[in-house]
Amino acid sequence: MLSILYFDIITMKLLLAKADIPNIRSYEVWKANGGYESVEKAMKMTPEDILEEVKKSGLRGRGGAGFPTGMKWSFIAKPEGVPRHLVVNADESEPGTFKDRYLMEFLPHLFIEGIIISSFALGSNTSYIYIRGEYAWIPDILEAAIDEAKAAGYLGKNILGTGFDLEIYVHRGAGAYICGEETALIESIEGKRGNPRIKPPFPAVQGLWMRPTVVNNVESIAAVSPIITIGGEAYAKIGVGRSTGTKLISACGNINKPGVYEIDMTISVEEFIYSNEYCGGIPNGKRLKACIPGGSSVPILPANLLLKTAKGEPRMMNYESLSDGGFQTGSMMGSGGFIVLDEDQCVVRHTLSLAHFYMHESCGQCSPCREGTGWMYRILKNLEYGKGQMKDIDLLWDVQRRIEGNTICPLGDAAAWPVAAAIRHFRDEFEWHVTHPEEAQQRNFGLAHYADPLEVIV
Amino acid sequence: MNIQFTAEKLEKVKEIIARYPEGKQKSALIPVLHLAQGEFGGWLDVPVMDYVAGLLQLNPIEVYEVATFYTMFNMKPVGKYVLEVCQTGPCMICGSDQIIEHIKNKLGIKAGETTPDGLFTLKPAECLGACGYAPMMQLGKYYKEHLTIEKVDAILDELRAAATN
Ligand SMILES: Cc1cc2nc3c(=O)[nH]c(=O)nc-3n(C[C@H](O)[C@H](O)[C@H](O)COP(=O)(O)O)c2cc1C
Ligand code: SF4
Ligand code: FES
Repeated sequence: MLSILYFDIITMKLLLAKADIPNIRSYEVWKANGGYESVEKAMKMTPEDILEEVKKSGLRGRGGAGFPTGMKWSFIAKPEGVPRHLVVNADESEPGTFKDRYLMEFLPHLFIEGIIISSFALGSNTSYIYIRGEYAWIPDILEAAIDEAKAAGYLGKNILGTGFDLEIYVHRGAGAYICGEETALIESIEGKRGNPRIKPPFPAVQGLWMRPTVVNNVESIAAVSPIITIGGEAYAKIGVGRSTGTKLISACGNINKPGVYEIDMTISVEEFIYSNEYCGGIPNGKRLKACIPGGSSVPILPANLLLKTAKGEPRMMNYESLSDGGFQTGSMMGSGGFIVLDEDQCVVRHTLSLAHFYMHESCGQCSPCREGTGWMYRILKNLEYGKGQMKDIDLLWDVQRRIEGNTICPLGDAAAWPVAAAIRHFRDEFEWHVTHPEEAQQRNFGLAHYADPLEVIV
Repeated sequence: MNIQFTAEKLEKVKEIIARYPEGKQKSALIPVLHLAQGEFGGWLDVPVMDYVAGLLQLNPIEVYEVATFYTMFNMKPVGKYVLEVCQTGPCMICGSDQIIEHIKNKLGIKAGETTPDGLFTLKPAECLGACGYAPMMQLGKYYKEHLTIEKVDAILDELRAAATN
């Protein structure tokens, strides 16, 4: 019955249902609206039962990789006498992504409920929130909420008489995208440079201070609260296939209503972009040219492949459909950073901007990534500014291929994929920059044929 | 400058160290560097880093290594106000280039430079997690979002007024 009282079951909002209640940030208001019921319920369960519910829910990591959360938790090593830690990844630096910020800023108690339950399930008595340093005002919000929860007996020693102790600390980073990668994040909490570690050992065995550690995204952890309240099975019924539950999408770029939306993964991409409930269409009557549906690291798609798969089916806003067609004709859900480009945008220029980002953010440990990101940036700069040659496009393709799969951490791939997808789908636009170097400084290539109906390959 | 935290800040340092296990005080490094940068003029001069090393019982090199890795730590003096305008893709689509150009022209400085009066530094930044509220910049602890040329002008005037008062 809880679900009817406390969640908006009509629109299937499990995370953001209460976001519009005035003062929902405060403990009193949160509590008066059903707050901490999930913690009360969880504390009457065993850690094993909680793990079982999370497994049943089918929840997949919301940080980008989509790895099943329950399975990740089951890997945590439990050596006698060694403390374990939950570390929440609030580094949120993938261009296009700003959903975790929304959760922490507006619904801190939902997030803290999730941390308490998850820490209990994992046996973590000290859990850390690693938040990007630039979100400098959010630690105050989180720390205030932590103090309130503590005063109410949901944190600290012997929570609700269970004998379980928990402290939560907020740890600020200082500006480094790479610290979102879980082993770099761990190094960073240890007070070091954010250089990713070579795996194995995996954090579940030797993570923070070489202790067993689980790193999860903010949204994954927040979702644990409604999962416990409604039960894993009910959660798994929402959505479709292996895309269970709800997902936060942060939508930006050329749309009328940028913002953070909670979707149940059964709507189409077209509906998401054009309906008034979500992005509200594209401003100034412009047409859709391209979209990066899951944060800057996932492949960019032209309008025609975005709205329909290569098989001619409508593309849906879920893990499977967004990746339908693989890298040839699909993309990925990633972190849910949905970036829309209208007909006035230049794909070469946009790719150049992302290449600059990855060059700046490479930690420099592996040469393919350190050198390759700079190389791609310089080639793209030449192309964008009318100084490129046809063979540069092939060189660019070659460089990105040599990075992919040859590095310690996935940042290398993340830098290579946007470039590969841009060339794969927008080669004409790159070539036009070479053949029309002067014109390319005056105007953009425009929509061209990127929204034309595709011939369906059956 | 006398490099010494106030008693209140030293208390804060202690509290931060206590968040981590015994003997893991190195974990307090980044939080304490934030404190130090805020306290000692907005950047991390070598004597400041050495002071932090002493507080946390680290070798100075361990502090330099970290301070130079993270973009939020300034390795040279900056103006009283640092304008960190995001220039990454999603902000660019929404006009961040024009905002940066405008600031350059208005203040007569290039990216990374500080105005001669020491008031403003322009520091173009990479995605700050505000892509839906673009164009935007970080100004001290907070974000200024949905920027327009007019809004930027108003912000600059306001800061100038605040600085002369
Ligand atoms: C370069 C890079 C940056 C990443 N940035 C983030 C991030 O900002 N937030 C996040 O949750 N995960 C990020 N990840 C993924 C994490 O490594 C990790 O998979 C994730 O935090 C696991 O949480 P989840 O299973 O709940 O998704 C990043 C990965 C890479 C390779
Ligand atoms: S792939 Fe890049 S970011 Fe990752 S470890 Fe290697 S150099 Fe560092
Ligand atoms: S791209 Fe500017 S805040 Fe994300």
